[in-house]
Amino acid sequence: MEMIHAEKLVYEYDKRDEEGNVIGTNRAIDGVDIDIPQGSFVAVLGHNGSGKSTLAKHMNAILVPTGGTMWVDGRDTKDPEELWNVRQTAGMVFQNPDNQIIGTVVEEDVGFGPENLGVPTDEIWKRVEDSLRSVGMIEYRKASPNKLSGGQKQRVAIAGVIAMEPKCIVLDEPTAMLDPNGRKEVIRAVEKLRKEKKVTVILITHYMEEVIDADQVFVMDGGHIVMHGTPREIFSRVEELKSCRMDVPQVTMLAEELRKRGLDIPRGILRREELVEALCRLH
Amino acid sequence: MIRDITIGQYYPAESRIHRLDPRVKIVCTLFFLVSLFIQNSLLGYVIATVFLGAVIWLSKVPLKYIVKGLKPIVILLLFTVVMNLFLTQGGKILARFWIFTITENGLRTSVFMAVRLMYLVAGSSIMTFTTSPNSLTDGLEKLLHPLNRLNVPVHEVAMMMSIALRFIPILLEETDKIMKAQMARGADFESGNIIQRAKAMIPILVPLFVSAFRRANDLAMAMEARCYHGGEGRTKMKPLKYKAGDRVAYIVTLVYMVLIFVIGRFVDFRLWIF
Amino acid sequence: MSITLEHVKYIYSPGTAYEKQALRDVSLEIPQGQFVGIIGHTGSGKSTLIQHLNGLMKAPSGKILYDGKNIYEESYDMRGLRSQVGLVFQYPEHQLFEVDVLSDVCFGPKNQGLSQEECEARAKEALALVGFPEKYYKQSPFELSGGQKRRVAIAGVLAMRPKVLVLDEPTAGLDPKGRDEILDQVERLHKETGMTVILVSHSMEDVARYVERIIVMNHGEKMLDGTPQEVFRYYKELEQVGLAAPQVTYVMHELKERGFDLSPDATTIKEAADEIMRSFQ
Repeated sequence: MEMIHAEKLVYEYDKRDEEGNVIGTNRAIDGVDIDIPQGSFVAVLGHNGSGKSTLAKHMNAILVPTGGTMWVDGRDTKDPEELWNVRQTAGMVFQNPDNQIIGTVVEEDVGFGPENLGVPTDEIWKRVEDSLRSVGMIEYRKASPNKLSGGQKQRVAIAGVIAMEPKCIVLDEPTAMLDPNGRKEVIRAVEKLRKEKKVTVILITHYMEEVIDADQVFVMDGGHIVMHGTPREIFSRVEELKSCRMDVPQVTMLAEELRKRGLDIPRGILRREELVEALCRLH
Repeated sequence: MIRDITIGQYYPAESRIHRLDPRVKIVCTLFFLVSLFIQNSLLGYVIATVFLGAVIWLSKVPLKYIVKGLKPIVILLLFTVVMNLFLTQGGKILARFWIFTITENGLRTSVFMAVRLMYLVAGSSIMTFTTSPNSLTDGLEKLLHPLNRLNVPVHEVAMMMSIALRFIPILLEETDKIMKAQMARGADFESGNIIQRAKAMIPILVPLFVSAFRRANDLAMAMEARCYHGGEGRTKMKPLKYKAGDRVAYIVTLVYMVLIFVIGRFVDFRLWIF
Repeated sequence: MSITLEHVKYIYSPGTAYEKQALRDVSLEIPQGQFVGIIGHTGSGKSTLIQHLNGLMKAPSGKILYDGKNIYEESYDMRGLRSQVGLVFQYPEHQLFEVDVLSDVCFGPKNQGLSQEECEARAKEALALVGFPEKYYKQSPFELSGGQKRRVAIAGVLAMRPKVLVLDEPTAGLDPKGRDEILDQVERLHKETGMTVILVSHSMEDVARYVERIIVMNHGEKMLDGTPQEVFRYYKELEQVGLAAPQVTYVMHELKERGFDLSPDATTIKEAADEIMRSFQ
């Protein structure tokens, strides 16, 4: 069963001049086909402006395609009847931790989604507690979001989505505004969720270190999907990645550099241990 | 600096007052504010002081916080006191210099007005200190629910208020940051006449507005993504239900109102000129 | 134009429940022309520290000398200092406000009291320094891409012709290419103008690649201070306080433990590759 399925997806928006007259159209997404199986962990990479966030917003019907079709759990996102079902199926976490927390108390914010879904009060409390526990924020339930660190705020936002019991979570650059510790916190929370709740996770990012564990990686550039494969396959194509403004983890880069200088090291090294092992074999 | 503004801020604590139903707090605060206007006597203010003092004590909000909340009205307070002191005439003349005379009535009115003003602010800030903005708007929403029939969008207004309250601290912090950034570019907010100073605010206000709009946009998107579609079909995580404590609070407030009305108006007790 | 800090302390909201010691007894000297990196996690005091350098924050105790003069002296020209020590805040594009790029960059020089022509000349010079294309000078800054906005904001500080440039997380939120472009530009700036550059970052990889000296802040204190090689030798200590050395440092140390004959001090990919190749010969 496909969780997310898109065919020939196109998203165009009008370009306007200073008076607001339409002077042309821009294609943010240009003919994207994508298949994401239920329960998998998929990463979408791309530089700023590559169309990756626009794609993410289609998975939650924040945007609807101007061409082609996007199905979320078999539901056409263009169908207004299905709108709320789509949004409940695919929960979304955004980039800016401050701009997505609605409640002034952590637990009230987590309860916001279930309230909108019309979940009975007792059940809301259960879900709030459960989801705060699963992101490790239960001891902050009475705290004000303003007093939390960036990583903690993002975990609250994730809990807010989990409380709606989605089948799929789309994280749109959740770590872009965090420091390294905050990034680790969030990625760890996502990993834990994936294991415990078996939800499909779609991570949009430009941090290479975060996609190493993904089942599949898509790389976007200019509204197209330009690369697709396992992290190892993707990271062995260093030059191609560089050409679409991306980077590879420092270890991969070092392995590549050593290979260029004549050492017999396999392509697509992802972790430090792999490189050390490979070098020890040569020694 | 700008962060010192405490009005409208929630002070988290576990207290009897914090636990009260927000409707009780709103209604009782209104009664308290009214009580300050239906009397103007020493005994009345004594009763109001006892009531307010007891509430503050029960709320566990440090007195320091409430006093800090009075800071923004200092100028208004001084203005009122000075105006009343010199402009209200009547009774014995207490002092006279140059063109000014201070009379008994003037002193009395100005002192009472000052107390009244301070209690107004303290009374309403104790409500915001002890009620999280969300439950405050919940309370308002429920209280004003009957207006729905008159096509007043009560839920939407309540939601807007609650969001505004959440973003006040964020925008204050942002103002601070933008101000510093412009100062690093040599901006000067302290010197010059009033027009120059107003003009100097543009480099702060423009980025602040841009950022506020960006945030509003993001937030609207985040709310939609979490299936927000107005008040219809919405359940509550914390539905409002009156408990025993709430009834006690209503009764206490009612007794207070009766006391202040009867004693404040009909018992004539004076100490010197007050 | 060296900057010297002597026993600088700073406390946030003293006397309240939120009291926090942001800086405890920091002393350091930054000579003219150095490219320095300041590293520390959020709340380590690094942002507080840099706001002291141009007098935006005033330490209740301790002394700060700029070019040998105490900036806390009564008659000290604080606004003059702010144009000498240019501070670029995190997400500096959020401070843009003018109708077009050029006038926005002119804001700083205008505050310095320069004539219109002089301001524009300075602005153009600064925009050229950050590699901002001339054809967009008259465009609204709000319509630019994230990376371009950031360049304009940095130019806004450079236009005051500072002797010291302090950048707080200049690459936050940029993609890898955008990050490299900004940092390369800063490096070129440092080489061409000889100005002191102080780069605040939490990316060890970035810092190691560019700077000649690293200051590590932790809990409001200077924890380490030295060349990247010297600092990353303490990678275990760094880890304990929630920081990490660049990945290559770990690789080098692990290789050494596994019996490789190499010096584990490499901090960049090139250095590491050189050293590994040498050990194979």
